[in-house]
Amino acid sequence: MTDMHDNNEEYKKGFDFKLWKKVFRYIAGYRKLSLLLIAVMITLAGTDAVMPLMTRYAIDNFVAEKTTEYITVFILVYLGLSIIKAITIFLLIYLAEKLMVNISHDIRKEGFIKLQQLSFTFYDHNAVGNLVARLTSDTRRLTGIISWGLVDVTWAISLLAMISVIMFTLNSKIALIVLGVLPLLLFVSIKFQKLILKASREARKNNAIIISSFNEGIQGATTTKTLVREEINLQEFDDKAMKLRTSAIKVAIYSALFFPIVTAISTLGTSLALWQGGIMVLGSAMTLGTLTAFMAYTVQFFMPVNDLASIMAEMQSAQAAGERIMSLLETDAKIKDSDEVIAEYGIVNPSDEVPKLEGRIQFKDVSFQYKDGEKVLDNFNLDVTPGETIAIIGETGSGKTTIANLACRFYQPTEGQILIDGNDYKDIPLMHIHGNLGYMLQTPHLFSGTIRENIKYGKLDSTDEQIEEVAKLVKAHEFISGFDKGYDHVVSQGGGGLSTGQKQLICIARAIIADPSIFILDEATSSVDTHTERIIQEAIATVIAGRTSFVIAHRLSTIRQADRILVLEKGIIVEQGTHSELIKNTGRYYNLYTSQFLEEHEVEVLND
Amino acid sequence: MKKLKLLLTFMKGTLASYVTAIFLIFASTAVALINPLVIKVTVDSILGDTPPELPGFLIGWFENIGGKSYFLQNLWMAGFILVVLSIVNGIMSYFYRKNVATSSEVMAKNVRTIMYDHIQHLSYSYHVKAETGDLIQRCTSDLETLRRFLANQFFQVVRAVAMVVSALAIMLSLNVKLTLISFSITPFLAVSAFFFYKFIKVKFKLTDEAEGKMTTVLQENLSSMRIVRAFARQDFEVKKFVDASNDFKDKDFVISRLMSWYWSISDMLCDIQIGFVLILGSFWAAQGLLTVGTLYAFMSYTSNLIWPLRHLGRVLADMGRASVALTRIKEVLDELNEDKDESTGLTPKINGNICFKNVSYEYEEGHPVLKDLSFEVTQGQTIAILGGTGSGKSTLVNLLVRLFDYQDGSITFDGVELKDINKKWLRRNVGIVLQEPFLFSRTIRENLAIANPDCPMGEIERVTKIASVYKVISEFDKGFDTMVGEKGVTLSGGQKQRVAIARMLLENHPVMVFDDSLSAVDVKTDAYIREQLKVQCSDTTTFIISHRISTLMQADKILVMEDGMITQSGTHDELLFKGGLYKEVFEIQNSLEEDLSTSVKTGR
Repeated sequence: MTDMHDNNEEYKKGFDFKLWKKVFRYIAGYRKLSLLLIAVMITLAGTDAVMPLMTRYAIDNFVAEKTTEYITVFILVYLGLSIIKAITIFLLIYLAEKLMVNISHDIRKEGFIKLQQLSFTFYDHNAVGNLVARLTSDTRRLTGIISWGLVDVTWAISLLAMISVIMFTLNSKIALIVLGVLPLLLFVSIKFQKLILKASREARKNNAIIISSFNEGIQGATTTKTLVREEINLQEFDDKAMKLRTSAIKVAIYSALFFPIVTAISTLGTSLALWQGGIMVLGSAMTLGTLTAFMAYTVQFFMPVNDLASIMAEMQSAQAAGERIMSLLETDAKIKDSDEVIAEYGIVNPSDEVPKLEGRIQFKDVSFQYKDGEKVLDNFNLDVTPGETIAIIGETGSGKTTIANLACRFYQPTEGQILIDGNDYKDIPLMHIHGNLGYMLQTPHLFSGTIRENIKYGKLDSTDEQIEEVAKLVKAHEFISGFDKGYDHVVSQGGGGLSTGQKQLICIARAIIADPSIFILDEATSSVDTHTERIIQEAIATVIAGRTSFVIAHRLSTIRQADRILVLEKGIIVEQGTHSELIKNTGRYYNLYTSQFLEEHEVEVLND
Repeated sequence: MKKLKLLLTFMKGTLASYVTAIFLIFASTAVALINPLVIKVTVDSILGDTPPELPGFLIGWFENIGGKSYFLQNLWMAGFILVVLSIVNGIMSYFYRKNVATSSEVMAKNVRTIMYDHIQHLSYSYHVKAETGDLIQRCTSDLETLRRFLANQFFQVVRAVAMVVSALAIMLSLNVKLTLISFSITPFLAVSAFFFYKFIKVKFKLTDEAEGKMTTVLQENLSSMRIVRAFARQDFEVKKFVDASNDFKDKDFVISRLMSWYWSISDMLCDIQIGFVLILGSFWAAQGLLTVGTLYAFMSYTSNLIWPLRHLGRVLADMGRASVALTRIKEVLDELNEDKDESTGLTPKINGNICFKNVSYEYEEGHPVLKDLSFEVTQGQTIAILGGTGSGKSTLVNLLVRLFDYQDGSITFDGVELKDINKKWLRRNVGIVLQEPFLFSRTIRENLAIANPDCPMGEIERVTKIASVYKVISEFDKGFDTMVGEKGVTLSGGQKQRVAIARMLLENHPVMVFDDSLSAVDVKTDAYIREQLKVQCSDTTTFIISHRISTLMQADKILVMEDGMITQSGTHDELLFKGGLYKEVFEIQNSLEEDLSTSVKTGR
């Protein structure tokens, strides 16, 4: 399912030389390894080319002359060749794979580092699944082609060259006849590989359609039942399945045609050689051994030609994967320290100690748009004093999350400026801001690992005592101690037996231990039981106390605690003030508050 | 055995094609093995002086056409025969490949359709628990494993057998001693291939796990990028990822190393085997025990045999997978199909007079979800249901469309027992909108007209106006032709609910059910939609699950559910008078007013 997204873009373009030049640059770091690999492949091609000569020697000397002279030497040479071949095969797999895993690792690492720097605008346009695929399956595919392509191309070309040279040395006339088949072989191979490639693109596309049909069929099963749509669904699915079947059979038929045709062509070479060679043998212009050697060469010829054709086809089909990876690696991090900032502060790494900020944040005539022409904020002004708690409420798309994102400098204003502690924040190293930040996502997000590790994430050098202390502070200590392994209880992606409320508490503990000056709370909508709710409220109160906080609020209790509530509508503050001021006002906040109050309490009463 | 029977049903209609393919494989393999013989005869009996060792009828043909001297004059004949043989072989191998591929794809298509249809008819309870990813995997990659077994692996085995049998026959007829030598190592190679691939499976598993771990790190990092940035943990994350990537790299390379040992050693053994044939053959040829042509033929056969035999070991080691895949497919098909009664059951006229008598239902034995429910509804009434999570309110309305069937008691629709009514007929008469409705990834128009694709546009507009979603849709760039879902716009929860309501309204239902399906719509719009429904569908019996007092108080009858029981029922006024859960909910209104006045007074 991972590569569903790319099916449509694949194979569209012709061969992209520029892209492959960039891709093959990754070999540069392994010059010695690649050169050795090339040498190994040439040696292997050499032994492959020499083997039929051994047969020739045996026939012409031992058999024709009826002697066993030099047979020990022959045996030793043959054994020697077998050993050399074995060693080259060992080295070839070893080196090619080594090249592959190393380049894969390099690309993954480079890509991952890049991903840590890219701005959130990038993440808005690229789904996580898509990015994961780029660094896993796409990378594997690409590097496989780099290293095995190098192997196949070197081997094929050198074997073809050596066989040609040997054949010409043995007998130029027959050599010419045999080589005469080569262009035809090459032409047919390339033609067929292209046909097969095109047909398999179609099949893959149809396969992706089938997968999403299954997906929809399963997830929408109940809806299908209630709408009594089973028969139409089945009909539609059957059409799609039929299309897949037809296109898959087409691919199979092309390959079924390809192999016999190529074999027939190479047999044509063999038979021509047999005929003409036979005539020469009769005229004693050629030995029997040479004829058998030619027979063997004509058969050997077909493999490298086919290899070359298929590697070309594969490179073309992997091109889309290559483009996706290269475009990721070449994307520029839009939010980074300017040269002036670097000149003044040096390069500040994420793990460096940073000075503590006071936490005053001012928005001055800030405008922002995610896409051209769609302003989310227009001339927005806001002054937040250190330690103030700002609750922002409004509908989806009103711009509340944007304000928090801008304050964090996850995005930068398209116009206007944002000042932190009186300075335009573009003049401060990015890491000085992020190093002072605490953030809690709407859905509590923990990493796989133990609870201890998760809390420690806020402060890598924190001691066990400190961890326990914050856990007690947010009243998480009690349930953590309840686990068999306590703080070493493992949290997995699925949650590992933790409720949403418990996860939220751990997230809060993680934020508190980091002791940030600025705290962003993107609050969860999901309701938790009343008891946990109360504990979370207390924990939140602890974390926002004394810090400049933005609360993108959903829970009434959090909103009420705020020093200032902003009601946003389409990027504009339509109301602001404290809870009681806004209630007195009986405006938008009043309406919102009353309807939400009813719902929250109704749910509470019903579920108690 | 049952699995084999299942497989045969899947392959229905393709068996003849398969059997033909097996014959063709034997034939084409045999023909392919004639090639070296042609060269042998040419070398020995035409260019040389040994009398041809051929089957009787061929000797006759050979002599009739003019014997050695004719061929000497017309040496092109030898080449010509090679080409003809290769063409004959080519045609046969084309047909067997085509047959095999076609039948395996036909089989795959059959299974896909069977699975799809089966899945849509699996019970609601199955779907509630089903894991989409796992199910899709069974329908796609497991099926692909099975298909590949039928298309490739099985025929590789057949080909290997055909090859060994025919080559052995020819070789034995040529020279017994040399045949034994030619076969000395190959069986050992096949066996060692089998064990090697068995052994390496374990390593593959380790590598897969390492890759999985690496992917997890990557995925977690990407989906919590804000956390990473806000805590400035980029360096920490890079280290974590690089460690995981390195671990994967190392484990992956372990396999590569094993592979390089395996391939180099087994290749060397193959070369030594051929070397044996060459050297001993030459030795015997020198002594006149063997002709040059026979030596050439043996060399060809030996190298021809090595590949399929080495492959055989690998294929056999892999074959277990197909069996596992088939089991996984079978497991899904063995799940009970709920709609066995599709064509049976009554199709009475439904007006909307519904009667529940002592109805009980349990998912699992001993865990009743609904206990002893009794109530009556007459045509055109609106029934509102109030209850907390787990109170059984959704189960109750699901019974109405037979997503579940009650175990005790009786439900009648206009006097007809619900269990006797045909499911599809029932669902056409009872429209239900779920709390989290599913929209298909198509255009909005197609979604609305999903149950009736030929529906006129005017109708679609009418129902979207009732559901108060017409304006929203018109404001999209492409209006009703806007795609929904992954490839299009993401609708908010409330918009989805309203589209689903419109979709349901597109057909006339004497009974309508709203399973909390206005929860994400604001109170004003909620009221507007209900008002419209009242006007447009006054004869319709309506069930509404909601916890909004404004919705509940307008109902003809309110059912209050707690723990699977109806604890209270009556009109708004009756329930307020009686007191209880309904009253408690109602009184939250009062507490709101209190709260507001204290806020204003205290400034908090």
